[in-house]
Amino acid sequence: MLSIRNIVKEYAKHRALDDVSLEIERGTIFGLLGPNGAGKTSLIRIINQITAPDSGEIYLNGEKLNQSHISKIGYLPEERGLYKKMEIGEQMLYLARLKGLSRADATQRIKYWFEKMEMQTWWKKKVEDLSKGMQQKVQFVATVLHEPELIILDEPFSGFDPVNAEIIKNEILELNKKGSTIIFSTHRMESVEELCKHIALIHKSHKILDGSVKSIKNAYRNNTFEIGLNKAIEQADLQTADLLNTNISDEEAIVQTVKLRDGFSANNLLQELIPLVNLTYFKEVIPTINEIFIKTVKA
Amino acid sequence: MNKVFLIIQREYLSRVRKKSFLILTFLVPSLFIGMYAAIFFIYKNSDDTAKKFNVIDKSGIFENQFKDQSNVTFNYIDAEYETAKKEARTEKDVFLLYIGNNFKETGDVEIIAEKKPGIALVSEIENQMESILQTKKLLAAGIDTAVLNGAKAKVNINAKQLTDEGEKDASIGATYVVGFLGAFLIYLALFIYGAQVMRGIIEEKTSRIVEVIVSSVKPFQLMLGKILGVGAVGLTQFLLWIILSTGLSTLGANAFMNQSDTKTEQTDTKNKIPTEISAQNGGAAQQFFKAADTINFPFIISTFLFYFIGGYLLYSALFAAVGSAVDNETETQQFMLPITLPLIFTFILGMNVIVNNPDSNLSFWLSIIPFTSPIAMMIRIPFGVPAWQLALSIVLLIAGFIFTTWVASRIYRVGILMHGKKITYKELAKWFTYRE
Repeated sequence: MLSIRNIVKEYAKHRALDDVSLEIERGTIFGLLGPNGAGKTSLIRIINQITAPDSGEIYLNGEKLNQSHISKIGYLPEERGLYKKMEIGEQMLYLARLKGLSRADATQRIKYWFEKMEMQTWWKKKVEDLSKGMQQKVQFVATVLHEPELIILDEPFSGFDPVNAEIIKNEILELNKKGSTIIFSTHRMESVEELCKHIALIHKSHKILDGSVKSIKNAYRNNTFEIGLNKAIEQADLQTADLLNTNISDEEAIVQTVKLRDGFSANNLLQELIPLVNLTYFKEVIPTINEIFIKTVKA
Repeated sequence: MNKVFLIIQREYLSRVRKKSFLILTFLVPSLFIGMYAAIFFIYKNSDDTAKKFNVIDKSGIFENQFKDQSNVTFNYIDAEYETAKKEARTEKDVFLLYIGNNFKETGDVEIIAEKKPGIALVSEIENQMESILQTKKLLAAGIDTAVLNGAKAKVNINAKQLTDEGEKDASIGATYVVGFLGAFLIYLALFIYGAQVMRGIIEEKTSRIVEVIVSSVKPFQLMLGKILGVGAVGLTQFLLWIILSTGLSTLGANAFMNQSDTKTEQTDTKNKIPTEISAQNGGAAQQFFKAADTINFPFIISTFLFYFIGGYLLYSALFAAVGSAVDNETETQQFMLPITLPLIFTFILGMNVIVNNPDSNLSFWLSIIPFTSPIAMMIRIPFGVPAWQLALSIVLLIAGFIFTTWVASRIYRVGILMHGKKITYKELAKWFTYRE
């Protein structure tokens, strides 16, 4: 749906994006990850046509990005705000109409969303009368009001309490189900694991990782297993694997992690273990996105 | 373009709906009219009763020499100093003019009254006495009265302006006031509305809504919408001021004219003073109105509107650039000076140089250069400006605001997304050169 090709963006002294290419499929939830200052915001601004790349192209639905695409994209920036002195209803109407909705359509949709999010009484309120969490809700609604095909959310959960974060998460999933493609930029890896089907990692202006969450995790597996057992084993007992870690918090339920040696399989390890101990569980350790993130960024 | 209109609409309505707008709209004309009324009132109450002078002339030099005027009558009495003094003390509007025996030696003259005589009154007496003495001395020197009368010259400057329609009476005073008022209003408006644009941009930047907006419209559209929206607020305010002021002052002027007419009649019948003199006296304000009538107001108002709009567009773009570059209002200081300096400079020069010499080289250049022309030209226009100069000034002002808007928009698009950075002129220049 969105094809980002060889984007380069330079500011006076540094190169914010260096030859970044990404393919984002229709209907996916795409996690755009990266440490602070990696170039995520620069890329998002380019997709939103707030700034233009120095070179490279972006295609939306096969068309080169142009002004007509503005109404198809909804953007919730990380640093977001509203007009403090303006009534909420009027403000939403304004933002929706800037995205190209007619007054009547906008009014209707605002009413729908206000009801859905239990904000009916907010229409005449001013932003300064709302709490931060309430403002975030307003901003989220304003982002999706024009039913964009592509929704770009930069840290959408910051500032929300867990209850409201859950509400927003469900709304995001619902929008995705209805067909919206979502780009999701965040530092919260647990929400990435929970929501994203694909991720890309940008670091120091370069894309260093890109793919489905599943395949990336698979690629970062390293034959490490976690074993639950009734009695700790010693390295001396093991021919097939190296003992990495032992956790004896409970005498009856010991947890150990081991890494297979080259040329051995999980079955070999099990065969070696069964005569020695009673196993309670045996599972492969799959790295979390968080671990992958830290590992790749540090590397 | 539709989106720019939406932005203009928001900027306009959010300001016009404010209470402060309403208050200002009514306050300014009221103050204006109030000032007007105060001047009339003071004028009306200053010299409306004729003063009576009882003259005791012990020296005999001035006997029957004082001439009655519209505001003073002289009455020679032969009373004692002390009794006359008493009368003057008790009776209002009666003054005692006492010229002592040894006037020739000491030049000693006293005016005694219940209240202090006004400066105008004193100088009137002084003038009359000087002229009487002069005549006496000349006569004493043997100059014939006929020659003397023939030598008296009276000069009354009546400024006339040559225009296409022929000669016109031109009142320098009225011209000055109209030019000054136009220039002052533009000067004030550029500051007020320019600062409003700047503050609006800072607000959008610090509240961070700007990033949401520029994902819907181009930064240039947002800047343009804001400038035009605030400009429309300014125009609305001016139009309301003009309507309210003319409405109120027409009412006020009518009331005043009626009053002064009846008074003139009264004095006419009572004192048989020639109307010529009375008109001179009762009608400094009337004269002003008469002179004001000769000024081409539709022309002045349309040039005023043009120079207001042109000047506003030029300066508000610069204000917009400053607003986009800073994070809060206190940081604007360093960038404000180059913007406000030409305005203040022109205004001061305008009051001193242009008014006194509207056709000098300096006046010409100030009214041609776009940064100074909105103020300088307004001062010059009531004095009459050649068409080619006006045309040149207009064309340059249009070119000027297109130029500043272009420069400002290049700084603006970078500035609004830049936070927490100490901005220098060097930085601004760098932004200017950024590609889009």
